[in-house]
Amino acid sequence: MKSNLPELIDKHEKALLAEWLEQQKAAGAGDLAGEEELRTLSGRFLAAFQEGIRSGQSADIGTAAWAPAREVLDDVSRQRALRGATSSQTATFVFSVKSPLFNLLRRELGKDAERLAQETWTTTLIIDKLGLYTTEVFQKSREDIISRQQQEMLELSTPVVQLWEGVLAVPLIGTLDSERTQVVMENLLERIMSSGADIAIIDITGVPTVDTLVAQHLLKTISAARLMGADCIISGIRPQIAQTMVHLGVDLNVVSKATMADAFALALKRLGQAVVNRAATNGL
Amino acid sequence: MIVEKDEAVPVRVGDDVVRARQAVRALATAAGFSLVDQTKIITAASEIARNTVDYGGGGDLRLELLRDGGRRGVRLTFTDQGPGIADVEQALKDGYTSGGGLGLGLGGARRLVGEFAINSSPGRGTKVTLTRWK
Amino acid sequence: MDQIPILKIGDCLLVSIQVDMHDRLAMELQDQLTQRIVATRARGVMIDISALEIVDSFIGRMLNDIAAMSRVLDAVTVVVGMQPAVAITLVELGLKLEGVRTALDVDKGLALIRRVIDGGEDPVDRREG
Repeated sequence: MKSNLPELIDKHEKALLAEWLEQQKAAGAGDLAGEEELRTLSGRFLAAFQEGIRSGQSADIGTAAWAPAREVLDDVSRQRALRGATSSQTATFVFSVKSPLFNLLRRELGKDAERLAQETWTTTLIIDKLGLYTTEVFQKSREDIISRQQQEMLELSTPVVQLWEGVLAVPLIGTLDSERTQVVMENLLERIMSSGADIAIIDITGVPTVDTLVAQHLLKTISAARLMGADCIISGIRPQIAQTMVHLGVDLNVVSKATMADAFALALKRLGQAVVNRAATNGL
Repeated sequence: MIVEKDEAVPVRVGDDVVRARQAVRALATAAGFSLVDQTKIITAASEIARNTVDYGGGGDLRLELLRDGGRRGVRLTFTDQGPGIADVEQALKDGYTSGGGLGLGLGGARRLVGEFAINSSPGRGTKVTLTRWK
Repeated sequence: MDQIPILKIGDCLLVSIQVDMHDRLAMELQDQLTQRIVATRARGVMIDISALEIVDSFIGRMLNDIAAMSRVLDAVTVVVGMQPAVAITLVELGLKLEGVRTALDVDKGLALIRRVIDGGEDPVDRREG
C-alpha cells in the first residue's frame, strides 16, 4: 500500500517542523546546536525522509533512495560527536520526530483506523531504523576521534632527535607494536631525508621486553632506514634483554651497544669525527 | 556497508598495469588514505595486476569505494580466466627468491592490505580481492 | 621507442628512472647498462629512483638483476633516492634488495662508491665497530 505520508508532510510542513523543533528543544537539543542549525538540519531531514518514503523502499534504509537521509544523519552524528554529546542525545534528533508525525497522521487519517494503523506502523519501523543508524555513525565518529587523538599522542611520544650532524637518535618508550612501528618508521625516514643523516641510533632503554614480535618490528625499522641509506645502531640493551634475545634466537644484525653514549661515540668514529679534550691537548 | 563508487578497468597488457595503478591511486585518494597507505595498496594492486597479465592471460580489475558507518575503504577485485593456481597455500608462501620459485607476489600483497581473499583452481581462473580501510 | 638516459660521472654511470617500467624497457635498460659498463670500464652504477612512487617486485627484481650483472663486471651498484613511503612499503612487502647498497641521494651515492672502490669497504654490507 502506497504511503500518503509524503503528501501530508508537504501539506503541513511548517507546522510539523515547528512541532518537531519544540520536541528537540524540550529534549535539550538547544545545548548542542543553535536554532538556525537545528531548523536547517530538520528541514533537510524531512525532505530526505519524504524522498525515502516515496521510493517505496521502506524495508531497507541502506538503498540509494535513503542516501540523502543517511547523509543528514551522518552530519548530525559527526557534529554531535565532536561536541561531546552522548549517544542518546544524538539519536533524539531522529526519535523526537515520531511524536509530531503521529499527531499529523492521527489528525489526517483519524477516521480510517486501518490506514492509520498501517501508516503509523510503517513510519515507526523506518524511524527506528534511522535512529539506530544514527547511533552507529555516532559510535564510529567517537572511535575516529579517539583514534585520531591516540595517533597524535603516538607521534608526540616518538620524537626523533638530531644528536649531531648526520646522527639521529630515536628513544623508544613503551612497547613497540605494529602501529607504533609505522609511526616510528615514518618519523625516522622523514627525518633522515630532511637532515641527510647517515646514522640512526635506536635506543630501547624504555622498551620493557624484546620478544620475537618486537624484534621483527625493530628489524623492519632498521631495514627501512637502511633503504634510505642510513645505518642503525641499537642502544640501551639491558642485560636481561640481551639474555632474552639470545634465548629466543633473535638476531638484529646490527651493532648494538649498552648505552646511548657508547652508540654515539661509535657513530662519531664511523663518521670520522672525534671529541677532543682541549685542556689536555693544549697543555693548559 | 555502502558502495559509493564502482568502476572496472581491463588488465590485459603491460600498459594496463600502469593504468590500473593510476585508477587505484585515484580511489585511494578519494578514500582519504595517507601517502604510506596509498603506496601500500597501489603496490599490492601492481603485484596482482602483473600476475593477471603474466600468468592469468589477462583479466579485469573492479574498483569499489566503500563506506561503512563513518569510515571509508577501497576494495579491489582482480579476475581472470587463466589456468588458475594449483596450490594456493604454496603460492602464498612463495617469497621473492632471486633464483627459482614463482615469486607470485601474493604473500607480499597480502601483507600490504587489511583483508585478502583468493579463489583459484586449475582450469577455473583466479579471483583475488584486496580490501583496505582507512 | 623511449630510452632511459645513462650519464657518465667519472668512472661511474648514473641512471635516473623516471617512467613506469614495463618488461621491454627493463630489458633494454639492462642491455644498454651492461654495454656501457664494459665500454666505459665503469666501477660504479648509480640508479636514481627518487621519481618512483611505487616500487613493486618487478622493479625490485630488475634492480637485483642489474646489481648482479654489474658485480660480474666488477662494478658496484648503489640505489639512491628511495622515497620514505616506498621504503616502508618494500619492508612490509618483504622484498630484499640483494647485492644492492642504498644511499640517500646522488652525492652520498658517489661518496659510497668511492669508499667501496678506493677504500676497500664491503660492497654489499657494512657492519663494523
